[in-house]
Amino acid sequence: MTNLFNYIDRSSPIHRLTGATKFVCLLLWSFAAMSTYDTRMLLALALLSFALFRLSKIGLRDVRFMLGFTATFMVINNILVYLFSPQHGTEIYGTSHILLGSGRYALTQEQLFYHLNYFLKYLATIPIVLLFVSTTNPSEFAASLNKLGVKYSVAYSVALALRYIPDVQLEYHEISQAQQARGIEMSKKASLVSRLRSASSILIPLILSSMEKIEVVSNAMELRSFGKHKKRTWYMGRPFRAADVASMVFCVLLVALAFTLNHINGSRFYNPFR
Amino acid sequence: MKNFSVKTIVATGIGAALFFVLGRFVVIPSPVPNTNISIQYGLLAFIAAVYGPIAGLLAGLIGHFFIDFSWGWGVWWSWVIASAFFGGVMGLLTRKLTLEDGEFSKKDAVGFNVGQAVAHLLAWVLIAPVLDILMYAEPANKVFIQGLTSAAINIVATGIVGTLLLFAYSAAKPKKGSLKKED
Repeated sequence: MTNLFNYIDRSSPIHRLTGATKFVCLLLWSFAAMSTYDTRMLLALALLSFALFRLSKIGLRDVRFMLGFTATFMVINNILVYLFSPQHGTEIYGTSHILLGSGRYALTQEQLFYHLNYFLKYLATIPIVLLFVSTTNPSEFAASLNKLGVKYSVAYSVALALRYIPDVQLEYHEISQAQQARGIEMSKKASLVSRLRSASSILIPLILSSMEKIEVVSNAMELRSFGKHKKRTWYMGRPFRAADVASMVFCVLLVALAFTLNHINGSRFYNPFR
Repeated sequence: MKNFSVKTIVATGIGAALFFVLGRFVVIPSPVPNTNISIQYGLLAFIAAVYGPIAGLLAGLIGHFFIDFSWGWGVWWSWVIASAFFGGVMGLLTRKLTLEDGEFSKKDAVGFNVGQAVAHLLAWVLIAPVLDILMYAEPANKVFIQGLTSAAINIVATGIVGTLLLFAYSAAKPKKGSLKKED
């Protein structure tokens, strides 16, 4: 339960950045990596994210489980892309160099190159998310959202969600056991419709009690004049330092570079076939 | 009740927590291999109907973000946005319902289900795939088939779970005019 969000507490330069900085960097980084399909840039981003992993003192062993998931997901997606669109590469790069086979599923150099790019795209975006997840304390993240100009009421919703996830989880578990003791069936043995119906028989008590909670919590907050002032302070909030500003500037530059490359290439793709 | 009040903020937070728990831990296997039924959308439609479009939109956004976040395989923004869109649209579509007065007729249920089907189709067959194509340049037919499958599953799940929740909730509320002033 404590490790729900895979946060790993270590002492490293990455951990010392504020949650707000890391969130902005994550968004900018993903945006840069998503907007371009330039092979060189994706490769550089992938290498850089592995370097950052080193810096954060998070070992590959710590995120092995998640990496396994990601790898499976990536392989399935690559296979699906090939099955649905074996000539996607040709459509993108405009040429066709057949390596082997013929017809619809003929293997082209362009298709292989597209898959390489697709693979690199994962490598450029996934490690950085893993890094964010494992170096950001969720409560500090909620506090830092406010600093980014998100209204504090919305940031407070995020904090509330984090606070109530364990409660809801526990309650769900208790209700589910009580209902199963009364004989509801949720496994594969029951038909689809009856499985959904039995899910509802757990949901209804869960939701009615959650709505009571909403009532109690919002009354308590209103009694303490929540939302009266324009600002509020945060227990987990931290001030920005020079390293925070530097990392954000660096990520803005990454986005600029991605756009420049797109402009030079004339499209989102780097085309070695022309 | 349906404006941005303290109650909306709390409902968003707890709604997102519910969405997260249902989406992350409640696994109901479906007939299609490797696809689970997402009953959290039934809940999201319900939250949106009771607490309004802002609560629906934000609960979908925050809940889905945390689901992706906790799996750790990367936040799939295109699908997160589609979830938020569904929550927001359901909030707008259900504005006319008077659940607080204990009213939810069969006609309301039909309207709710037509609305949720349209909202799911827009979210999963239009918004999510188009964003997938824009962000990841994936082949169109792959993402549209994925979108259609999830739309179909989500419509069934929301239809059953959401409708049952709305009936249960409105039945628990006292009917409007059930008390009469004594002469």
